[in-house]
Amino acid sequence: MYAFDFEKPGSIADAVAALKDEDAQALGGGQTLIPTLKQRLAMPSKLVSLTGISEMQGVCRGDDGAVCVGGATPHAVVAAEAGDYPALAALAAGIGDPAVRNRGTIGGSLANNDPAACYPAAALASAATIVTDHREIAADDYFQGMFTTALDEGEIVTEVRFPVPEKAAYMKFEQPASRFALVGVFVAKFADGVRVAVTGASEEGVFRWTEAEQALSGDFSAAALDGLSVPADGMIGDLHGSGAYRAHLVVVMTKRAVEAAA
Amino acid sequence: MPKDHGIGASPKRREDVRFLTGNGNYTDDINIHGQAYVHFLRSDVAHGRINKVDTEAAAAMPGVVRVFTGADFEGMGGLPCGWQVTDKHGEVMQEPAHPVLAQGKVRHVGDPIAAVVAETYEQARDAAEAIEVDIEDLPAVVDMKAALQDGAPKVHDDLKNNLCYDWGFVEENKPAVDEAFDKAAHVTTLELVNQRLVANPMEPRVAVGDYNRSTDDSTLYTTSQNPHVIRLLMGAFVLGIPEHKLRVVAPDVGGGFGTKIFHYAEEAFCTYAARQLARPVKWTASRSEAFMSDAHGRDHVTKIELALDADNNFTALRTETYANMGAYLSTFAPSVPTWLHGTLMAGNYKTPLIYVNVKAVFTNTVPVDAYRGAGRPEATYQLERVIDKAARELGVDPIELRRQNFITEFPYATPVAVEYDTGDYNATMDKLLEMIDRDGFEARAEESKKRGKLRGLGVNCYIEACGIAPSNLVGQLGARAGLYESATVRVNATGGITVMTGSHSHGQGHETAFPQVIAEMLGIDESMVEIVHGDTSKVPMGMGTYGSRSLAVGGSAMVRATEKVINKAKKIAAHLLEASEADIELKDGAFSVAGTDKSVAWGDVTLAAYVPHNYPLEDIEPGLEETAFYDPSNFTYPAGAYACEIELDPETGKVTIESFAAADDFGNVVNPMIVSGQVHGGLAQGIGQALLEGAAYDENGQLLTGSYMDYAMPRADDMPFFEVDHSCQTPCTHNPLGVKGCGEAGAIGSPPAVVNAVVDALQRAGKTDVTHIDMPLSPSRVWAVMNG
Ligand SMILES: Cc1cc2nc3c(=O)[nH]c(=O)nc-3n(C[C@H](O)[C@H](O)[C@H](O)COP(=O)(O)OP(=O)(O)OC[C@H]3O[C@@H](n4cnc5c(N)ncnc54)[C@H](O)[C@@H]3O)c2cc1C
Repeated sequence: MYAFDFEKPGSIADAVAALKDEDAQALGGGQTLIPTLKQRLAMPSKLVSLTGISEMQGVCRGDDGAVCVGGATPHAVVAAEAGDYPALAALAAGIGDPAVRNRGTIGGSLANNDPAACYPAAALASAATIVTDHREIAADDYFQGMFTTALDEGEIVTEVRFPVPEKAAYMKFEQPASRFALVGVFVAKFADGVRVAVTGASEEGVFRWTEAEQALSGDFSAAALDGLSVPADGMIGDLHGSGAYRAHLVVVMTKRAVEAAA
Repeated sequence: MPKDHGIGASPKRREDVRFLTGNGNYTDDINIHGQAYVHFLRSDVAHGRINKVDTEAAAAMPGVVRVFTGADFEGMGGLPCGWQVTDKHGEVMQEPAHPVLAQGKVRHVGDPIAAVVAETYEQARDAAEAIEVDIEDLPAVVDMKAALQDGAPKVHDDLKNNLCYDWGFVEENKPAVDEAFDKAAHVTTLELVNQRLVANPMEPRVAVGDYNRSTDDSTLYTTSQNPHVIRLLMGAFVLGIPEHKLRVVAPDVGGGFGTKIFHYAEEAFCTYAARQLARPVKWTASRSEAFMSDAHGRDHVTKIELALDADNNFTALRTETYANMGAYLSTFAPSVPTWLHGTLMAGNYKTPLIYVNVKAVFTNTVPVDAYRGAGRPEATYQLERVIDKAARELGVDPIELRRQNFITEFPYATPVAVEYDTGDYNATMDKLLEMIDRDGFEARAEESKKRGKLRGLGVNCYIEACGIAPSNLVGQLGARAGLYESATVRVNATGGITVMTGSHSHGQGHETAFPQVIAEMLGIDESMVEIVHGDTSKVPMGMGTYGSRSLAVGGSAMVRATEKVINKAKKIAAHLLEASEADIELKDGAFSVAGTDKSVAWGDVTLAAYVPHNYPLEDIEPGLEETAFYDPSNFTYPAGAYACEIELDPETGKVTIESFAAADDFGNVVNPMIVSGQVHGGLAQGIGQALLEGAAYDENGQLLTGSYMDYAMPRADDMPFFEVDHSCQTPCTHNPLGVKGCGEAGAIGSPPAVVNAVVDALQRAGKTDVTHIDMPLSPSRVWAVMNG
């Protein structure tokens, strides 16, 4: 890696101030950023670690019933403590390996918005609110394509608020090498309708499968999806699967998620 | 009662104490005062002409000691190839130069262009970025058949073309083989790919060069499976340093799997640079570098045809294989698709006529060489797959078809130039069937079906040639090295023993198993025996560890040396007991006079050898240390039968292994626990090849699988609990221990079992048009095949 300065502030305000320096960058669990630095693919002047900020840690229940996860909370903590939202806890428990889960954070995952990451599917399907140091962003507005989000330069994700659905499940079909999602589908059934978010599949990053949402809102059963399909066009095609394969898996995983949630 | 010590016992591995507690001493743990660090600037294009490498700015960067380029190595030797294959016309193979740093052209992504030596590793990397490289892109050749076409870009401008050799084996048999095919009642044909693999030992390669200016001695610490051979190749062919001025140390090595057999540019560079700079120079590969610079394995494209008569007897076999050499010839590359592959095409079967053709091809890819099994997995895979296909075409039981064609009489001379000394293929097949409950398969398949899954059972046999092997024979076949092994057994005054072996242990457990042999021979406790290996200054000579040869060849050398020790010790004992040497017996660690109660303990004899106050000085010298070199008279031939049961999710194409059973005949077994562990590891690698692994290049020669994000390594949860058995034992007839070798069997025998099982599941589900799927059987590939 290239040389950089390092700061570990204790408050959000200090972190925001520290990130004002040119080419300063936030450091969550480092599970994406550190390998990138090791390969010399990034050259930040300063890393600002967010893991020492206690107000960004942990899982709690909001007044409106939402499960609130601090932006620097590691996946392992979500897996252990988000029992009020079992599908979310299960998703966190299925990310990477124990080392990744003990370090990687929800804020880092959502800020990075890897097209094969798991949390984006949970946030989008749950209609979560992404809270930053100065505003709240609805999940529908937050994800803007592969590795692209609504976050501004230096803006940090401080909390994520997940409304808790009546029923939900995440089904992840693992890419054999990385075990990220080759296709992951998060289905969430709320009183006023069903949301279906798909990760891993599309060249545009995480997306909502609206046809499935409509069908499931009328009849929350796997059979309701019969005959539905997503076009292979625009799906990622690579060594691990063609666009057609991914499009096929979207349907299979959605059905399985509905079955698991029902 | 299982034995609790000696041959056949399973003491825990003593080396594991240091490995599992973080106290191993690996090459990267070696840091020498004053060492500098080297970073290699590697080509990011597969094929290009080097117009200019300007190192001026880099040389001026902070901490830089010196920048080296190909020009620094002009006029020096290149990396040698240790095996020369003669083609079917009697001409020797085309052998390109392999400079330490690229000269004139780069020929694969990862080819080293320059090397920066600096005070710190990061400074070396910084400076490498400041090197100005002007490379003119040339079209890359990646596909082997395309590489052989007229007008294809040449990997090496000074060679005629990209064909290393076109090997026919046995060329004189070809007309008879062709005739048998003309007469055959049935011919089964199969085209398949044995995909390219990256060995991926847990420990990446490391080299530390050191030089003592006052004595002119060079030392190389390296992650190697055979330090003596590295000393010979690097000293004699690359750097011109005689063996007595060059020491090579391979301390604890974290796995090799073949890829650490070979002599690499980085080793030569560090040794050379240490001399030039008169200070130690260290290199530690990153995992990314490992992917693009460790020799890869396999990469064969094959067409195999099996001829049968009307009674389903195999009458002839014919194969045509394209074998990828990559951009240069790695140390033993030419031998792998030829003598380690063609000679195994008979398998366990008495096919009378066999012809093997292999075209070895240069491409703009990382060099390919031996990887666990080396040639034998490629032979086994195609043979066992084509037999399975034939059984299906003929509507006969695949096990019965195999049994009908088994070799049952030994010794058996195959039509592919080797002689199997012993074996019993029905015994391992019977054992396998005991292990797997074949009759219960239908019920299990029914149960899977209820859950929407397909189930399949695949069975196959394998044979391998291990313990490579008579030096005079391999010399005729083109080896430029001998293939014996040496051992020195040094008995110390108080009776403890230090054994210097030329075999190298990098996970095989020699430090535990070898003492079991000596303890058994002498009747002493294993804790009295210590194994020393991996250092040319301590061990007289060694050919290293690969090809499952350590116990069969290295262990045999140790037995011979121990026999010499016993002979001398008996003379000393006879003197002490005032008896005739012929009457002396060694039992339970004491020498006694036959038929009397007179005896003298092992320790008294060894003490007498070093404190020779009462000693037959007129007849024998003091001291008790013997060396033996053992050159085997034949290969050894482990064999066995494997079965794999899989479940397939037809909606996703994902295959899971439900059970795997291996019945192996390794001859005599010294430590059953270690043998089981070796089989487990081999199976994991073979299953990894079958389901997960595969190195892929795009058409420009970019490695698409350059990290674990895309190269799928097997993990523990991809594996079932293995059922392994090695109770079928036909001891090797020509080595003193009757052992055959077990290190590669799992990796050789398991890929066809998995693929046979998947094809079986699809056939049972009515997909009768699916007769083969190329590895790795990834979900997307299986799904694609199922969906046309
Ligand atoms: C082996 C391995 C396996 C993995 N498997 C999976 C998987 O199966 N599924 C999955 O979803 N993910 C997986 N991951 C990714 C992992 O989940 C991490 O969460 C992810 O890498 C990013 O989180 P982090 O905290 O490590 O972020 P970092 O690596 O520290 O940072 C990533 C990016 O986010 C920015 N950032 C960090 N925190 C914040 C914040 N609070 N606000 C704003 N910006 C921020 C950083 O500046 C950087 O640009 C895997 C990673 C590895 C190494």
